Amino acid sequence: MVYWNIFWAFFVANILGYGGGPATIPLIQKEVVTRGWLTHQEFNEALAMGNSLPGPIATKMAGYIGFHEGGILGSFLAVFATVAPSLILMLTLMGILYKYRHSIQVKRMTLYVKPTIAVLLGVMAYNSFHDSYSQIGIGQFLFLGVISYILMEKVKLHPAFIVIGALLYGGLNL
Amino acid sequence: MKQLNIFIAFFRSSMLGYGGGPSTIPLVHKEVVERFKWMTDEEFGDVLAIGNTLPGPINTKMAGYIGFKVGGKIGMINATIATILPTIILMVVLLTTLVTFKDLKWVQGMTKAIVPVVGVMLGVLTWQFIEASVKGLKWPFTIGHILVGIVLMQYFHIHPGFIIGGLLLYAVVKPTKSVEGKKSKGLSA
Repeated sequence: MVYWNIFWAFFVANILGYGGGPATIPLIQKEVVTRGWLTHQEFNEALAMGNSLPGPIATKMAGYIGFHEGGILGSFLAVFATVAPSLILMLTLMGILYKYRHSIQVKRMTLYVKPTIAVLLGVMAYNSFHDSYSQIGIGQFLFLGVISYILMEKVKLHPAFIVIGALLYGGLNL
Repeated sequence: MKQLNIFIAFFRSSMLGYGGGPSTIPLVHKEVVERFKWMTDEEFGDVLAIGNTLPGPINTKMAGYIGFKVGGKIGMINATIATILPTIILMVVLLTTLVTFKDLKWVQGMTKAIVPVVGVMLGVLTWQFIEASVKGLKWPFTIGHILVGIVLMQYFHIHPGFIIGGLLLYAVVKPTKSVEGKKSKGLSA
């Protein structure tokens, strides 16, 4: 049953995620946190780690969360549910999809879901800020938030260095 | 040899790409079109456009399809594995180590310090999605969608799946005539 749940959770999150891997993050979070597989905090840690490693984000999250819940088989199933359905559709429906590849409807699909994904991501951001504020207080929270924003967006430093820096700071000071 | 090249192409583009699948597409292009010449520029553009008609991560769809085209079923599995497996292993090893030591005080400090950083990452991603929506939908529609989304999901606790499903359906059935001219103008610009 746990294996079926793993498959279903990642299947749902990815079949709804139009616009690539990042669009599926809040949907994965919804499935995983409401099922009690990870807490908000644990999900955030996984996301931070995932963002500091290369490669697609959706499969990294699936691989880790599947492993966490169901070992190697769980990891395989989560990744399979993430990758296989749309890949199989793509290979089998190539002809039809080719016809519609520049159609207005398809462009609208990815466009129309964007504000909803933005809401989901925004809520996740808000929750992280709220958690952090109650964990480490307003001073530390603002310090880490502002510094990491500047490094990420203004200095364009690689996220891996920001995550490592935050880990070091936290290990020594918090 | 062909299978080895497939593995190298997708391993390299994935390991050098940060910021999730969509940002690594140019690297895949570099390997597939420029280095190994498995596809022309135009074919690659078509595969990308077709991949975008379907949900889920884009990178693995590209890898799977190109792998299949170049090296059959084995090529497909090979390309997908090269794209995702190395980083999944890293992820599992690093996070299970962190979880094992989670009772140590300094590890707890580490996990606390990571939360605001994740918040910033998510905030930046949120803004990117808002910007992309504004580009296609303009501000009033975007803000309207967002407000309705907040009310439905946060106050009525409707599962986002229903909202996204509804929006996808609407995107398909909505008449296209009036939008057609505007869209093609946007494309040529």
